[in-house]
Parts: sequence; structure tokens; C-alpha cells
Amino acid sequence: MAAIWTLSFYLVWPACLALTPPAELPHPHNLPPELGLNRSDGSLSVDLPLALRVFSVDYHHVQAPFEIVLWIMLASLAKLGFHWSGRVPAVVPESCLLIMVGLLVGGVIYGVRHSAPPTLSADAFFLFLLPPIVLDAGYFLPGRLFFENLGTILWYAVLGTLWNVLGIGLSLYGVCLLAPDSLGDLSLLHCLLFGSLIAAVDPVAVLSVFQEMHVNDQLHILVFGESLLNDAVTVVLYKLFESFLRLPSVSGLDVFLGGCRVVVVGLGGLFVGLFFGLVAALTSRFTSRAQVIAPLFVFLYSYLSYLTSEMLHLSGIMAIVTCAVTMKQYVEANVSERSNTSIQYFLKMWSSVSETLIFIFLGVSTIQDVHMWSWPFVCSTLLLCLVWRASGVLLLTAVVNKLRRNTVTFRDQFIIAYGGLRGAICFSLVFLIDDFPKKRLFITTTIVVILFTVFVQGMTIKPLVELLDVKRKKRALPTVSEEIHSRLIDHLLAGIEDVVGYWGQHYWKDKFEQFNRKYLRRFLIREDNQASSSILRVYQELERREQRGDEEAPSIVDPRSHSRPLLPEEMDSIRRILSRNLQNFNNKQTPAYSRHTLHQDANRDRVRKSLHRHQSLGERYTFTQVEEAEFSGSHRARKGLSRSHTVCSISPLAVLQEPSVPAASARTTILTSSPAAREEQSAAQHQTSVGGATKKQLSFVLENEKQQ
Amino acid sequence: MGSRASTLLREEEIEEIKKETGFSHSQITRLYSRFTSLDKGENGTLSREDFQRIPELAINPLGDRIINAFFPEGEDQVNFRGFMRTLAHFRPIEDNEKNKNAVVSEPLNSRTNKLLFAFRLYDLDRDDKISRDELLQVLRMMVGVNISDEQLGSIADRTIQEADTNGDNSISFNEFIKVLEKVDVEQKMSIRFLH
Repeated sequence: MAAIWTLSFYLVWPACLALTPPAELPHPHNLPPELGLNRSDGSLSVDLPLALRVFSVDYHHVQAPFEIVLWIMLASLAKLGFHWSGRVPAVVPESCLLIMVGLLVGGVIYGVRHSAPPTLSADAFFLFLLPPIVLDAGYFLPGRLFFENLGTILWYAVLGTLWNVLGIGLSLYGVCLLAPDSLGDLSLLHCLLFGSLIAAVDPVAVLSVFQEMHVNDQLHILVFGESLLNDAVTVVLYKLFESFLRLPSVSGLDVFLGGCRVVVVGLGGLFVGLFFGLVAALTSRFTSRAQVIAPLFVFLYSYLSYLTSEMLHLSGIMAIVTCAVTMKQYVEANVSERSNTSIQYFLKMWSSVSETLIFIFLGVSTIQDVHMWSWPFVCSTLLLCLVWRASGVLLLTAVVNKLRRNTVTFRDQFIIAYGGLRGAICFSLVFLIDDFPKKRLFITTTIVVILFTVFVQGMTIKPLVELLDVKRKKRALPTVSEEIHSRLIDHLLAGIEDVVGYWGQHYWKDKFEQFNRKYLRRFLIREDNQASSSILRVYQELERREQRGDEEAPSIVDPRSHSRPLLPEEMDSIRRILSRNLQNFNNKQTPAYSRHTLHQDANRDRVRKSLHRHQSLGERYTFTQVEEAEFSGSHRARKGLSRSHTVCSISPLAVLQEPSVPAASARTTILTSSPAAREEQSAAQHQTSVGGATKKQLSFVLENEKQQ
Repeated sequence: MGSRASTLLREEEIEEIKKETGFSHSQITRLYSRFTSLDKGENGTLSREDFQRIPELAINPLGDRIINAFFPEGEDQVNFRGFMRTLAHFRPIEDNEKNKNAVVSEPLNSRTNKLLFAFRLYDLDRDDKISRDELLQVLRMMVGVNISDEQLGSIADRTIQEADTNGDNSISFNEFIKVLEKVDVEQKMSIRFLH
């Protein structure tokens, strides 16, 4: 049913777009109406022989915004349809489906108009479509994780990209030499130029596939960080080879200057971003009296930083990411809660729309007249891309693993190599090349590579990863003791690492924090908000002391015998509870953030769902409105503060007295009663139905866990 | 950073620490600079407050116990020797050391000593047994508040059941070692200290 709806959407909208008159026709709408001629070349005004028109349609007046809105509408409806279409999202990643929709639309337009549909212009892409996505990614970047892995990320980004570019370029040149009849006029520089644009991993495509794969934080940041930072290298190499193509000859000095240029572009983008980030933070300090426009400053300053660095031919992506990372902590402290939410929501919305539009346009632009096909070139490009990326990742990881504690496992390496998707950046770059005889071949090859990586690699990466995981899980399940003690050891190690100031990064981090506290925060954050962090710290300290006092009190004496053997379902549920509740550490087990929802709301909805669930069970408990508010409030507070902060951040009264409220046992609970009375009741209940109560509790808690 | 470290830490001390813990010279100086950066009072010893100032340690569920592990019985200050002695447990076991151990007394980072360190995190009263209560306390710290006491109790029971061979309802150190025999403790409990 849903599929039928979506199909009908997809057919209606292209028809609309196809029927809108093409833009290159003249605009006769300011001709006097009394001529009464009905022009058949597109002006849709209904001409009456009177001087005044009662009803008229003047399309050309609104054409440009109208078409833009129609495209955005198509993109958004496609996205909606995708999420409603049943089981499809599980198999096909969103990017693939959007490209297919684009292909469909392009095909319909081509069929109706018999001319090429509008293509994605490089300017529109770089100036309007790319910045929101990168800004969103930069704003929600997990800062600590990023800086901890910065060395590895830079290693992959700079050296990996160089390896890929040179490898692909030189090998393609070799292929051209081997097939001189069809590919003979491609010089080395052409091949290198092509290599530079095809080797770059695209952040948009990577993000859209990875967010469906639920990889852990660390892997996510490695691939994503690499795709962001290799922009500097890619753009520089591309421009370098392009300018080399224009020069009569290339000398060693030019190559050296090119190398310097990489550094300048990267660092320049960084500094531009820093500058604008700090100015934005400063501006946000004064927005307390005009709170509604506070979010606007975030967007304006980021976009300005992007445009400025593009103007100076520096790396715009690096600028905007740096700007977002810099201003985030100060802006969040300065603006109101609602402004913060607005900022986050708008970022997500814009980046979502942008991403959808990019993929649809990729599909549409594939339908063109300008294709030129060459079997050896295309196939060898595909093969070389895969081979060089895999070898590059393997080599680089072998070196970098010697210097890291969290080694990049084989599974991670596979995901990094196989997840190197190409996307719209390559596409736009290939259009920007100066015209030369084989340009159409390059365009075709680029499109094929993009479609291959997005479709084949995008669709198969998830099953392949699961296959790899399955192979490693075949050994016996660990015993409960092993799990618990291992987790204890992991926490211990994390703590010791923090004490040691692992890798001496903490030295710089400490220095930066001191500088931050002494100068930056005082300058950039509003007066009354500066104390909040110390209050939070005191609050946490109180929490901890209270919890410590609680834990030293004698625990509940359980009258049951201890040596009752556990039923297998109970073992299973114990294991599941452990795997879900043992506190996460080291960011290796927490899933990365989602593109399409903000964490807090997702959890709040789930919490509410679980509440409804067990109210319907209708067991012997009473739930008043007060409890519901307390329950969801405490959960919100818990999830809102920090992921690993479960114990400390719950309001003391509500939960420390009733630690089982979230578990919502099947006891008769009148929550305002004192703990002593509660214990009596629970003891009495235990003696009546031991096995039954435990099982119900267990299954009940299971449901609760499932919701979370 | 460099000059301050080398003037306050004498060569003889470095040699003694090297012999006792097995760290290299550069590792010791690097850890000494970390020690001094933590030592806000600048009196050559660390107190519990100094450790609690480390932010990630504050949110570690076992933070307090880890901090306690640095301080010898009943004392409130730890000097650099004690600091290094504790950290020595986490040095990776190198292959060439495995042969030398027959003569010298067991180094601090042997498998047994690593496991003893972990065991002591549970065993607060130092009676060489992890009782059910001690296990419950640690479990409660690790799992947060989502689980009821009964749940946690049954998990603790199961843990003791799996380990207990002499039926005294608590886990002794040998039983602890036996339960973890399949776990690669040497690798899990090691930090690669930068040279």
C-alpha cells in the first residue's frame, strides 16, 4: 500500500517538472494583452478580447523560485516516501534510492522535452548545497574523539589521498599507453588530474551510508574526519594539475610550490574558520536581548567563513568545520535553550534537504547527451580505485597501529577501505575541467564510478560487515563472570589512561583548557553564564558523595537461598541486560550520532513508549501523573547530560530513594512511601511468589531494555 | 616542562624506580612531568583531590576505587615512587622478560599481579575474598540505576556460582584467577607507555 503511494508520488512530480516550460524561452508576458493572441510557445496567459483580464497565469514571473521549490519538494517527498516504504530502507541505503528517483525524474524530463534535463551546476553545488552539510557535520562533531584521533585522521587524509591520487593517475596513464588507439591523446597530466578528482572520498556519501550502519564512534570519526580533511589535498592537487595543464611546461619548482600550496590552503582555511568562529562566539555574547536572531548568527558567520575562504582559494570545508567547532561551546553557553534547539534543528533540516537534493541531481544529471564510453578506461578506473584504496588503507594502518592504543582492527580497516565512497564533489569537479576532446569520457567515467560506489558498495557494505562480524562471533559466549570482570578491567584501564595523560596529549589539552578558562571563556561567554560549569561540578560532586554514602549502607538482605540454579531464559536476559547496561567506555561501543534525529528526542519518545507499554500490562501497581512526570523527567535529565553519566546525573530525590522506578517492578508501589515500608512489601511479596515474580520482572525489564 | 622535571628528579631516584618498576628512563621523566602537572599544591605528593580534578576520571564509574588504589593503606598522600609503583602494574609484558622471571621475584606487571590489582578493586576490606556484598557494590557502580536490586542480586549470584569451587559463597583470589584464565589479561591490562 505504501509502495503504491510512493510510486505515485514519484510519477506525479516528474510530470509536473517536465511540463513546466523550459527556461530558455523568451518572456513575452509584458506584451500588451489586447492583442489577444494565444502564444503557443509557452506563455500561458488566457487572453480575452477585453482590456482587463479577470484570470491570468503568469508563470515566468515566479519561474525561478517556483522551480527551485518544486525540486526541493520533490526531494523531500522522496525522502518521506523512502521512510514509509516498508522494508526497503533496510536493504537499500537512502542515497541509492534518491539517485534512482533522480534517474527517473531525469528520464521523464528527457522523454517529455527531448533535451537534456537541468544538470547540477558546479557553482550551485559548491556554494549552496555543500556548506549546510559540512556545517552540520562540523557542529555535531564529537570534539574530544576527533582531536584524540587527529593524528590518524591526518595520516589517512593527507598521505592516503596522495597515495591514491598518484597511484590512480599513474596507473591510468599506463592503461592509456597500453591502448593507444582509443586513449592515446590522454597525457600524463590529464590522467593525474583525473586521478586527483576521482580519488577523493566524499563526506556526503560517506555520512549517508554510515549513519545506517551504526558503526562505533571511533570508526565513524576516522572515516568522516578523513573525508573532511582530504578536501584540502584534493582541491589543491586538482587546481595544481589544472594549472599545470595550462602551463607550457612543468618544472620541479612548480611541484615544490604545489606542495607548499597544500599547506597554505589547509592552514589558511583553518585560520579563517577560527577567526570567524571567535567573532561569532563574541557576537553571541550580546544576543540576550534579541534572542530570536541568535541562531541566525551561527549560520551567517559559518557561511561567511566558507565564502571568504573560497574567495581566497583556500579550503572552504576546513574553514566551515573549524568555525563550527570553535564557536560551538561558547554559543551554547551564551544563547538560550530554545535558540540552541533551533540551531540544531535548522542545521539538521538544511543538511538533510541539501543531501537529498544532491543525490537527486546526481541522478538527473546522469541522463545527458554528452556521454562517451570506453570500456578499458572505465573498467580500469573502477578496478584501480578499489585496489589503490585497499592497499593504501592496509599500508597506512600497519604503520599507524604501532603508535595507537586502540588499534584499528581488520574489520575497521575493511570498512574504511570499502566505505570510501565517491560522490558529488568528484562530479562537480569533473565539470569544471577546461574543455578538451576527452572531457566527455571523464564525465562518463566519473558518473559510473560514483554510481558504482554508491550503489554496489553502499548496498553491500552492511551485509559484508555483518558477515565479518558473524565469523568472529563463532567462539563461545563469554560467561557472566568474564563479562563483568572484563568490563571492570576496561573501566580500570580507561581510568589509568586518564591518570597517565595518555600520549601526552593531555598536556596540550590541559594547557588549552587553562587558556580557555582564563581568557577565552571570560571574554566570549556572558557574565552570568560563566558560573554554570562550576555549579554543575558541585552538583556532580554532591551526587557522587550521596551515592557513595548510599552504597556504604548495608544492602537489602535477601531471604532467598543463593544457590538456586538459574533458568536459561534468565541467563539470556541477564546477558542482555549486561550488554545493554554495563557502562560504555572508550567510545568503542557507543553508536555514532544519527543524521536525522537529535539524541534527546529519540530517547524521550522511546521512554514514553515503554511507559505506555507497561501501563497496559495492568499489573498490581499504581501510576499517578506525578510518577509519569518524574519518570520522564528523570530520564530526560539523564539522557540529556551525557551518555556515560547515568549514575550521576539523575535528580537525587526521585531516583536514589527508588532505584527501581525505571525498572518499574511488579510490586505494588506507592511511590511516596518510605523505603522501609517498601522493603516490607517487597519482602512479603517475595515469600509468596518467588519464581513467578522474578520471571515477570525479568521479562518486564527485558521489554524496558528493548525500548531503550 | 623539561627543565623543571630534570632538576627535581635525581638520577639515583630514576635508577631505583627503573629497577623496581621496569620503566625506561624517558618514560619515567615523562610520567614525572605528568605527576607534577597533576600536583597542583606543588608539594611533591598527590592527594585525592588532585586525582578527582581529572575530568574523565570523575565520570568513570570506578573512579573512586581507582584513585584509592594509588594510595597505600590509610594514607592520604602518594609520592612519585608510589605513583610509579601503581602504574607499573600496567606496563606491557615484554617477551624477553618472561624468561628472566625465574630468578628475580615477580615483577609488578606479571599476570598475577595485574589480576591482584583488579581483585583489590572489589575487595575493599582486604580479606582476600570477594563477598557477595562487595560484588554487588561494584556491579551497582557499573550498571547504573536501570536494574533492580533483585536483578543485580541474581547476576551477582551467578557470578559467584561460576567461580566458587569451595562453596564459601565468595570468590577467593585463586578462584578469580581461574575464572579469568581464558581472558587475555596481559593485553587488556596494559598501556603502551610512550618512549
